[in-house]
Amino acid sequence: MKHPGMINIVSDTSNEIFEWSERNFSKVKIVIEKYPAGKQQSAVIPILDLAQRQNNGWLNRSAIEKVSETLSMSFIRVMEVVSFYSMFNLEPVGKNFIQICRTTPCWLRGSNKLLDVVKEVTGCNLGETSEDKKFTLVEVECLGACCNSPMVQINDDYYEDLNEDNFRKVLLKLKNNENINKGSQSGRRGSSPEKN
Amino acid sequence: MPFITIDNQEIEFEDGMTVMQACELAGVEIPRFCYHDRLSIAGNCRMCLVEMDKSPKPIASCAMPATEGMKIKTNTDSIKRARKGIMEFLLINHPLDCPICDQGGECDLQDQALHYGLDRSRYEENKRAVKNKYMGPLVGTIMTRCIHCTRCVRFSTEIAGVDDLGLLGRGENAEITTYLEKAIESELSGNVIDLCPVGALTNKPYAFKARPWELNKTESVDIFDAMGSSIRIDTLGKKTLRVLPRLNEEINEEWISDKSRFAIDGLSKERIDIPYIKRNGKLISTEWDEVLNRITQEISKHGKENTLALSGKFTDIETLFATKYFVQSLGSNFFDCRYDNAQFIENQRSSYLFNSSIQEIDNAEVILLVGTNPRWEASVLNARIRKSYINNDCKIGLIGKKIDLTYEYSHLSDNIEHLNDLLNDRSPFSELLKNSKKSLMIIGNSAINFRDGKEVLNVCSEIAKKYNISTNNFNGFNVLQQDISKAGAIDIGFYNNDFAQNFDQKIKDHISKFNPVVFLLSCDEINHSILEGAFIVYLGHHGDVLAQLANVVLPTPAYTEKSSTYVNMEGRVLQTTRCYHPLGESKEEWKIFRSLSNNFSQKLRFNNLSELRNEISNLFPVFKEINNLPSSSKLDFGSATKIENRVLEYNIKNFYMTDVISRASITMANCSREILNKVA
Amino acid sequence: MLKEEDKIFKNLYGKEDWGLKGAYKRGIWSNTNAILARGNDYIIEEIKKSELRGRGGAGFPTGLKWSFMPKNSGKPHYLVVNADESEPGTCKDREILRNDPHLLLEGCLVSGFAMHAHNCYIYIRGEYYNEALNLQKAIDEAYEAKLLGKDACGSGWDFNIYLHRGAGAYICGEETALLESLEGKKGQPRLKPPFPAESGLYGFPTTVNNVESIAVAPTILRKGAKWFANLGNPKNTGTKIFSISGHVNNPCNVEEEMGIPLKELIETHAGGVIGGWDNLLAIIPGGASVPLIPKSICDTVKMDFDNLLKVQSGLGTAAVIVMNKSTDIIESITRLSNFYKHESCGQCTPCREGTGWMYRIMKKMIDGSVQLEDIDKLDDVTRQIEGHTICALGDAAAWPIQGLIRHFKPEIERRIAEFNKKKEVA
Repeated sequence: MKHPGMINIVSDTSNEIFEWSERNFSKVKIVIEKYPAGKQQSAVIPILDLAQRQNNGWLNRSAIEKVSETLSMSFIRVMEVVSFYSMFNLEPVGKNFIQICRTTPCWLRGSNKLLDVVKEVTGCNLGETSEDKKFTLVEVECLGACCNSPMVQINDDYYEDLNEDNFRKVLLKLKNNENINKGSQSGRRGSSPEKN
Repeated sequence: MPFITIDNQEIEFEDGMTVMQACELAGVEIPRFCYHDRLSIAGNCRMCLVEMDKSPKPIASCAMPATEGMKIKTNTDSIKRARKGIMEFLLINHPLDCPICDQGGECDLQDQALHYGLDRSRYEENKRAVKNKYMGPLVGTIMTRCIHCTRCVRFSTEIAGVDDLGLLGRGENAEITTYLEKAIESELSGNVIDLCPVGALTNKPYAFKARPWELNKTESVDIFDAMGSSIRIDTLGKKTLRVLPRLNEEINEEWISDKSRFAIDGLSKERIDIPYIKRNGKLISTEWDEVLNRITQEISKHGKENTLALSGKFTDIETLFATKYFVQSLGSNFFDCRYDNAQFIENQRSSYLFNSSIQEIDNAEVILLVGTNPRWEASVLNARIRKSYINNDCKIGLIGKKIDLTYEYSHLSDNIEHLNDLLNDRSPFSELLKNSKKSLMIIGNSAINFRDGKEVLNVCSEIAKKYNISTNNFNGFNVLQQDISKAGAIDIGFYNNDFAQNFDQKIKDHISKFNPVVFLLSCDEINHSILEGAFIVYLGHHGDVLAQLANVVLPTPAYTEKSSTYVNMEGRVLQTTRCYHPLGESKEEWKIFRSLSNNFSQKLRFNNLSELRNEISNLFPVFKEINNLPSSSKLDFGSATKIENRVLEYNIKNFYMTDVISRASITMANCSREILNKVA
Repeated sequence: MLKEEDKIFKNLYGKEDWGLKGAYKRGIWSNTNAILARGNDYIIEEIKKSELRGRGGAGFPTGLKWSFMPKNSGKPHYLVVNADESEPGTCKDREILRNDPHLLLEGCLVSGFAMHAHNCYIYIRGEYYNEALNLQKAIDEAYEAKLLGKDACGSGWDFNIYLHRGAGAYICGEETALLESLEGKKGQPRLKPPFPAESGLYGFPTTVNNVESIAVAPTILRKGAKWFANLGNPKNTGTKIFSISGHVNNPCNVEEEMGIPLKELIETHAGGVIGGWDNLLAIIPGGASVPLIPKSICDTVKMDFDNLLKVQSGLGTAAVIVMNKSTDIIESITRLSNFYKHESCGQCTPCREGTGWMYRIMKKMIDGSVQLEDIDKLDDVTRQIEGHTICALGDAAAWPIQGLIRHFKPEIERRIAEFNKKKEVA
């Protein structure tokens, strides 16, 4: 399986030129100010995150080079960071980037079954993006919400306390562009010991 | 001094040493892959683990500071097991392709596997395959062999000063590459091949040419710049297959430039190996006797007292000496080494030497560069400046065009007139120089290759005295020569004062006046239009432009084919060693002049190399001592004249193609094209 | 069972307002200045006396760690909060970050002040996006209310807190990898020495602490070290948030007294093991990195650092992963091996090469398609990694497998026999 965040090769889409949007450029300045003068390299992760958000969820060559330039870093040092951290995608992803947790606590509570459901609803296998670009499906390691397992991250939000039924509902709503509530799908508050 | 116990042996060590260094002091060998003396400590290979008392886990000896009373054990069962374990991990994903690996026979992994590893593999899974990366025309890659020691990454960022190499990804997917697989843009890139402990980064032009044990290894001296770096030349028959640096703390540490290492394919291209004579505008091959007779006739015909000899980039002392005395025997005093018009002050050795010594760069607090691009004129020296910049926070100022020197510097001006400001305390650099305890001034060819070159030297001398760059005990006034031949040529007086200041015009005048015989001693960089009217006798090993213009061409050996004496930029006398006999019918220059002198009244007195060298050192005592740094001389010249406005232009336009050998080299042509984007 | 009034985390489940108003109501930020007025040394001494041990997994005494910071270094000091919660099974800090962020912020001020730090970075894992939003909001509120910034809480001490999001790397939970990451590099652990207290962020004295360790500090200082030290067992004091996941009826985070018996913890708070206590197979008591313990040990073991060490496991992050008899125990650990392979930073040899090797053997062990000797080989490989790496990830990858072999070797052997039998039939 290929995870777009776990590859080492940049897409050289040299015809796409990345320029900071005005809004993001002002954010860049604020982020850099969090760090001492001359230590702007510290901002590389948050700035790459901004670039990725602006670039529809992934980083191409132009975006990476723009970030390098913004922070006065060499390309290779930025590329090292991009390829090291799993949240930086080096290939395009669908509108809903579905990351299913496969680590033991989620697996113990049935993450395998979720995988079947999501494959069926989205038509994607692991590492694939659906033809309509609505979904990209990947497996990830522990997302740190184990008391609400099994869980799935879709874009920025966690969907927790899942089972085949409520997960299918979530996915179908996404497919139909309907609103969904993030967090626990069983209705409990946080990770309290309420009965599921 | 503090004490440490290593394997029950108590020894004294110096503060600041690591446990590994202390072990070496005790004569205990510690295996390692990632550790390298000149690079930052990575501690990632884990091969150097040793036991330390009070530590539950073994420690990486390369990274652990030695402290008083520490007790270290390097030969316990648990350490032996740990090393076996590390070796096993390194080998599980390493291909078993030693029989086809260029590193085979000189591979750290191979050697250490033999000493510390298991004798069989327990790994039953598939081995990892890693895609090879393109790194340019010099460094070949077989990345599956990489053991991720990151020496190459550290070298390029720390020593070479180019952020080109990196380790991408993580875990077992980690891989070394350049960004988008671009060529490494450094003149020192070849050194990563030596640093790579396995066969992952290899010498591309040398690929599959030979096995190391079949090579003939000759210790010699590099001639591609004026540093005189220590090298080893590996040859097979009459072919130079590779050049490696030798350790020399005072000169090149353990680095050499890519030109020194890779231009050698030029040694077998476009070679002249038989004498030629021009008939009807065409060079026709001929016999030695015939050419020597012809030259004799021509000398007499054109007036022997006007005979002119000009030296070039690679002209060695033996040649210069024999030529000078031959020409003088004809009653002529016309010889010179200033083909590039770079000036010096007669009888002032300190006006053309790198007086401080190269090693003193390490201690400099301030360095003022005047009309020099050390990155291209002496790449390894430039790495020393960078080292000083990093280690001592050395401040660097440049008078000359803005260029990437791999370190930060203050750009003072493009114009040589800035020297006036320095002399009059009006430079932004004045304050720094005043407050510095040790400053160096490095004057490049571009500052002094003009008619005011001597004034520049005089003013620089005044500046050096004013700012204590030059004091009674230390002389930081340095001229950075570009040619290995230059300092020696001046030392033995291979110049004529009449040709000073405007070489081209004055030589042109001499030639058009007398139409003499002109001996060109591998003098290939000269402006050939000035030679019009001369009978040109070209001595050299490459059929470059000037050879084609010559009336007579005499084949001489290249630097791998003869034993020669040179004086490096510091004034250090160095000798190269012959690796194999000269190609074809090539003859050493001194032999040629010795033979020619038979045809004239005054015979040269030497009959073999040792007689020649004896005579040289009798007349010039400087040559009595080899390899030694001359004692620094004071600046006995200087005057505060005003320097005229002149924008400095560096004379080297292409690092990879500066001389006949590198111009003939296909490898260097590839570098010009790919790294400099210059059409070769 | 921990008494309600002894709980530090009063909004663990987010039932109340997590914002500043709610925080005030819960007594957070109440007269913080008075705590600071007692002075740096007093604070460090009091934390030492409380015997608080770091909540990030290693259990190093917090007060002692703080005391390593130089007193008059003349350099900037940094406090860095490790909110890179990524240890499988662990999700306690998340609840603090999103449901009671001011508890953490007040802790930052108090501990930062104690260690002469004017600046604090909170490094939160990148995936905790919504948690970061809450935390940033809380920081903004605190600045607004002059609790942070210049003259924080009127103490005369300037104190800034900056939130820094990571981008997906478990290894950044290792303190020096975290610092590398915060400096804008790959999260590859540094060699020690030098330790962060001497040379940490940007080369300056730095202390890195877990969210929970920092968040409990103000309460300890308000209620007194003695109160905290009286909870739990000696050297294993205070309260602790336990994350209970896996095969229990009600997985949850719960704050309990240190040293609570494991069985009581699960039965009282998590609704018991699915299928009853007798249906229990094994438990990983402290997050993925610690060896599992079989039911026989679970019956009696108490949940604290020293008691779990005695049974060759560890408290770690107190993430209790429960596995009942329906569990394929080999696959369960194999998934952890895959986790470590995925998260190895690739810097040092044993971990980079060994995690993949271990995972590949483990994967074959699920269906028994290995040789009997491979069990010993696997055990040997874990021991070639253990203790030989730059950071603790190597150990963490080795220990779960060692635990499996220690307690479930017969199961592995059974599968090999079964596989061979099937092969013979075929």
